[in-house]
Amino acid sequence: MNRFSAAARVLWAALREIFDEAAYARFLQRAGTPSCAEAYAAFCRERECQSARRPRCC
Amino acid sequence: MNKALHFLIWGSVTAVGTVAVAVVALHRSEPINAMWLVTAATCCYALGYRFYARFISAKILALDGLRATPAERLENGRDFLVTNKWVVFGHHFAAIAGPGPLVGPVLAAQFGYLPGTLWILAGAVFAGCVQDFVILLFSVRRDGKSLTEMAKEETGVVGGIVAYAAVIAILIILLAVVALVVVNALKDSPWGTFTIAMTIPIALLMGIYLRRIRPGKVLEVSALGFVLVLLAIWGGQWVSQNPTMAPVFTFRAAPLAISIMIYAFAASAVPVWLLLAPRDYLSTFVKLGTIGLLGLGIVAIHPTLHMPAFTRFVDGTGPVFAGKVFPFAFITIACGAISGFHSLISSGTTPKLIARETQTQMVGYGAMMAESAVAVMAVIAACVLQPGVYFAINSPAGIVGQTAAAATTTISNWGFTVTVADMQSLASAVGEQTLFNRTGGAPAFALGMARIFSQSLGGSRVMALWYHFAVMFEALFILTILDAGTRVARFMIQDALGHIYKPLGRTSWYPSILTTSALIVAAWGFFLWQGVKDPLGGINSLWPLFGIANQLLATVALCVATTIIIKMHRAKYAAVTLVPLAWLVAVTFTACWHKILDPSPRVGFLAQAKVLATGPASAATARLIFNNRLDATVTGALVVMVTLVLIESARQWIGILSGRREARTKEAPFVMTRLAEERL
Repeated sequence: MNRFSAAARVLWAALREIFDEAAYARFLQRAGTPSCAEAYAAFCRERECQSARRPRCC
Repeated sequence: MNKALHFLIWGSVTAVGTVAVAVVALHRSEPINAMWLVTAATCCYALGYRFYARFISAKILALDGLRATPAERLENGRDFLVTNKWVVFGHHFAAIAGPGPLVGPVLAAQFGYLPGTLWILAGAVFAGCVQDFVILLFSVRRDGKSLTEMAKEETGVVGGIVAYAAVIAILIILLAVVALVVVNALKDSPWGTFTIAMTIPIALLMGIYLRRIRPGKVLEVSALGFVLVLLAIWGGQWVSQNPTMAPVFTFRAAPLAISIMIYAFAASAVPVWLLLAPRDYLSTFVKLGTIGLLGLGIVAIHPTLHMPAFTRFVDGTGPVFAGKVFPFAFITIACGAISGFHSLISSGTTPKLIARETQTQMVGYGAMMAESAVAVMAVIAACVLQPGVYFAINSPAGIVGQTAAAATTTISNWGFTVTVADMQSLASAVGEQTLFNRTGGAPAFALGMARIFSQSLGGSRVMALWYHFAVMFEALFILTILDAGTRVARFMIQDALGHIYKPLGRTSWYPSILTTSALIVAAWGFFLWQGVKDPLGGINSLWPLFGIANQLLATVALCVATTIIIKMHRAKYAAVTLVPLAWLVAVTFTACWHKILDPSPRVGFLAQAKVLATGPASAATARLIFNNRLDATVTGALVVMVTLVLIESARQWIGILSGRREARTKEAPFVMTRLAEERL
């Protein structure tokens, strides 16, 4: 059971990382602000420079 | 582990794998079950990972768990971040898994299931996984530097420039070819066109929801988007059966191509949060779920492959694309076996997340194995179709004839029986008007996938829904590549133009955004238009061009890897990258020679231009002649670039081995990790 829950936690963490939720949580922690439309807009601006330049594979 | 038990387990895997590969390779007379392919692949990957990857880790790369990675040394909470290895694995796999491993194996199935399967297995274990693994590790040891930076530092300026040019060339050809795949999948298909058109407002809605209503809740909004996409698929059935709505969403290839170009231009120019990011999240959600479902479906129903091991088309007369099994099978299947594009991911975000050097084996080698497994699934999806049906879908009208009766007669004369009634009932079952001449690989893959899904869940009643789900899956995947790829190429061009006129390099300056977006869309749009107007279906000329460009980048990556291995004084093991490099050079050069100089007009660009020039003149003929000559020039330029990198690299190798050059690598200095005691 413990192994199952550990695996589920890792899967959830991977999904949060792939979908940038974890990055947003880190951004909020770093900026010391609560989640709101302005904070998310600032996060998107910051991410745009990195993720929009990221090559996608064939 | 007990030595005897270890020997017993791996001895059994070897024995089962040997039997499975032998059955796959030697079985001829009767159809073969797909589980033999699955077993052969599983055992090959297990053995490759356990023995070959570990050999590379220990003998060549000397992975050091005590050496701090850039994620630890340069951690900034943004690009550089110590991350759990399974999370990095998921991230890396989601980035490298694109439509290439789905489309390439479907096209190469015209040779039979065997050439593609063997190349996918051997290519992945000995070449693709090795490339991804070593480039990832070398980037980790160089502060997460990109392939172009490593090429410049390790092999010289020429390597860097060629890598940059190759990336641009690949992006342009890749975008054209994947756009052509979507056009061919959606032409005359109101159901598919409606579903895909609906993903644009769904993505816009997701963007606004994320930005205004529930900021940052990406998983939640992706799940919502997924449900809306399923509703769009269901709604597409109503549209296709409605006499008023169906004509509104029924398009020929040319208007579809123009619509896709307009869409890509808009997606490149509007803010990322509005369209590109939500669509990317949505497609990742669909991608991971569907790949998992397909794997389960294959294991659950273990279907029979109807395609023979080899077809008569190994001689180069194939209708899907022209050219002999060597070199064209190895050019056609790139991403499932070895893809140069992966080296960009391995030297992009992934090396900045790795917590320990020892994890590069699992992430680099392991994720490519997973990608290769996706390619094996694509082979199975294509080969579960009756060969006659497969060729009726994938052959252009210019080869098999303009009418359904002519096409079935031609294909039946090849020895693959198919009737007009078979094709008509299949088209009705999937809610399409026709399945003839649906070139590009996507419709055949969608049909195979729908067959596997419907046999596992819902039966033949829901075949049409599964088929359009599969078309939507591929098109969504591809459109994400199109909008993101156009944007990436736009940034690259802006970077370059910024050196000439500074404001052009500013990514927020709208005149620059619009000019460079138009430039890049015009570049791939030109090749797309050429494909749409090509009487042989376009895929015939564009896919090999894409394969050549992709393998060129892999050649550059392997040149860099070999140079570094030699500089590390591991020359006696250089064959690990040198042999795949030699194979790729042989394949790429032979393919280029055929594409430029082959006397057959179906294979050689110049021969086709010559035949067209001697035929009746028209505006279309003049354009086709120009296109063929341009394709020959592009192919020739690729050969020259590979040659330059090879010469530059060989000079380095000879210089170092003869002692005339100093073997100095550009690795970051060793720093002891602080994470040695932590479990990551």
